[in-house]
Amino acid sequence: MISLALIILVSFFFTGIVIRTKSIASGRKGPGIFQPMKDIFRLFKKGAVYSETTSFIFQVAPSIYFASVVMAIMVIPFGQYKGIISFEGDFVFFAYVLAIGKFFSIISALDTGSSFEGMGASREALYSMLAEPAFFLLMGSLALLTGYTSFHEIFMTFHFGSYISYALGVMATFVLVMICMIENSRMPVDDPKTHLELTMIHEVMILDNSGFDLGLILHATNLKFAMYGALIANLYFGDLPLYYSIPIFLVIQTLFAVSVGLLESFTARYRMSHNAQFIFTLSSVSLLIFFGVLMMLGKLI
Amino acid sequence: MNYSVLKNNQRVPVNSIPVIRYEDFMDTIVSTLMKDKNNHCVNYFGYHHESKIKLICCIADDANHCIYVLSSLVEQTAILPSFSAHNLSFEKYEREIHENFDIGYSDHPWLKPVRYPFHAADKSKTISNYPFYQIESEELHEVGVGPIHAGVIEPGHFRFICNGEQILHLEIQLGYQHRGIEQLFLEKKKLLQRTTLAENITGDTVVGHTGTFAKLWESLCGYTATPELEFARTLALEHERIAIHTGDLSAICTDIAYQLGSSVFGRLRTPVINYFQIWGGNRLSKGLIRPGKTNFPFTKELAKKWIEVFDAYEPDFTEMVKQMFDLPSALARLEKTGVVLTGVAESIGMVGMAARASGVNRDVRLSHPDNLYKQLNHKPIVKHHGDVYSRTQIRKEEIFQSIGYIKQLLTDIPENMKYTNELNTPEPDSFVISLTEGWRGEICHCAITGNKGELIVYKIKDPSFHNWLALALAVRNNEISDFPICNKSFNLSYCGHDL
Repeated sequence: MISLALIILVSFFFTGIVIRTKSIASGRKGPGIFQPMKDIFRLFKKGAVYSETTSFIFQVAPSIYFASVVMAIMVIPFGQYKGIISFEGDFVFFAYVLAIGKFFSIISALDTGSSFEGMGASREALYSMLAEPAFFLLMGSLALLTGYTSFHEIFMTFHFGSYISYALGVMATFVLVMICMIENSRMPVDDPKTHLELTMIHEVMILDNSGFDLGLILHATNLKFAMYGALIANLYFGDLPLYYSIPIFLVIQTLFAVSVGLLESFTARYRMSHNAQFIFTLSSVSLLIFFGVLMMLGKLI
Repeated sequence: MNYSVLKNNQRVPVNSIPVIRYEDFMDTIVSTLMKDKNNHCVNYFGYHHESKIKLICCIADDANHCIYVLSSLVEQTAILPSFSAHNLSFEKYEREIHENFDIGYSDHPWLKPVRYPFHAADKSKTISNYPFYQIESEELHEVGVGPIHAGVIEPGHFRFICNGEQILHLEIQLGYQHRGIEQLFLEKKKLLQRTTLAENITGDTVVGHTGTFAKLWESLCGYTATPELEFARTLALEHERIAIHTGDLSAICTDIAYQLGSSVFGRLRTPVINYFQIWGGNRLSKGLIRPGKTNFPFTKELAKKWIEVFDAYEPDFTEMVKQMFDLPSALARLEKTGVVLTGVAESIGMVGMAARASGVNRDVRLSHPDNLYKQLNHKPIVKHHGDVYSRTQIRKEEIFQSIGYIKQLLTDIPENMKYTNELNTPEPDSFVISLTEGWRGEICHCAITGNKGELIVYKIKDPSFHNWLALALAVRNNEISDFPICNKSFNLSYCGHDL
């Protein structure tokens, strides 16, 4: 319960911090950190326009997408407090409930019949598919290390002690950050600010969405950011009491948002064909984590 | 001799241009003149002449600094062998002649509409029934982009045939911006009206086109521009180059999602553009250049102000280009993207900055200099890879070069600017061709006057006219997501093409 409440809280200003960081980095003042949320509330008040070529899929998809993200958040624990749903193997549930949302957003993009949206859908499907092994190698290694298969128990048992565990923590953070960037279609894989349909991935899939539906999709992105931030924060809490863990959580989320902003300010995005290679490297980093775990367990000489 | 030899901005009686049979005309151009690598066609057009069509072809010789002009009279209903079958650079000129006068070509490979002019011979060809090239295949897919541009710049339709993410073929259909500028030049009788028209050929090359028109008109009227006027025009042209190139660098950074470059170059562009406001009261330099006179003489105070602007500009610009050209993620997007090889560039008659990025040393400032370019001793910057990176580098280096030229000019500001000079009426039965190197490339205006000195033909060629085809060829085998950056690296004009 507490993780859901905190993630929702953070989602209100996460993108705002990213945008503010980017503005300051480019010498601008930038909008307030709640501006993205205000835009979403504005969208919530609006009606949606549906193209005549679309079917009911297009109308239900944004809600399913949003619901899938909320479901995924429910399994995220908060330190010693379990998520609303917690069971053995819930990280598999987490990954595939997100995949259901993604599946619906992809078929809704295909439903519009636009050649742009089809291209975006194919790219999004490809990149999510390539990011999947990285996530499972990472979570699988942690499960192997701790001997548990639910988020709550993995994070409760995972402690920093040896040098290898610090290395694992850093690599796990890196992989989670990058998976988050890919899943949210941010730099360096995708450019959320572009106006060029041909280079878009996620943005082009939602070109036809408007009003309430668009608001839902945009807010789902905010929630996903905060959700991955919460996963990263969980790596570091252990069983700290709430009056430590909540400030740590907020600091980690803010640092995460600022680093996303800085990354997006000072690098160019990758060429589309290099994305696949880049995402594959995440799997190899996850493999390193796997070998680190084997070393810690003494199963590798 | 089958042709007359002219200098840039030289007025000759139209009757002195040899009129030869079409077979000889074609033979001279295709088999003799165009065989020389230093020659390229700067304009080829037709006009109604005594119930026939008179074709005039202007070939510029870059080595000997002259322009060969020759003409031929053909019947309206003629079906002719095409130049394009032998030399691709004539492809668009012949399409234009076909579109305007219904002259048929027996072996033209791509006889499609160019811009749907108001005075087209065949009105049944409309923008809605353009015959797009199609490939029947299960694997390939078509992507249509435009005519409404994502960045709301100008309208044009791009149709890609793709194999997954890879572009196999791009066809560019233009004509949405046609305003009938060439016809308006004949209809509007006042000089001010015509100058304003020249300013509006393309909004980003105001100095280039107005300067070309001014030179041409002065030549028609038998007036030689004073050194003061030439000074101001040279300075304005180089200043425009700096302004637009800086803006382009910003746009290139935007397209590769490099925010730092995008905002810094964007910020640097503004004071440069605003300098035109200080000088002539208009940021786009409209009103700055007038035939035979200037309403905004260049003063010592303006020179001081220019130095101030660029003292602030240069250090920041130098630092930013260093950052950008050292950034691996930026270079990865620019290098080997959208390559136009030298051979391709030559065969399609590419001009200007884009041609120089492909290793074609083609620069009017060197080959047909007017204004003060002879004194400046211009050396064109040439790159050899022909990719987006080369086109970005050319911009960077031309900015430094132009700053150098203006500084050199400012050491010797002409005093006592004479504001207005009386222009005579244009000489009757004359022909003038005027070439200028705008920031985008070679701008060519041609004019022919009738027996009372009235304009009977006004022909404009913007560098975009040829370079659009270069873009279509550059993106082949590239990823479709790299199209925007290729497009931006050329930054071609839609209205300059559509006229």
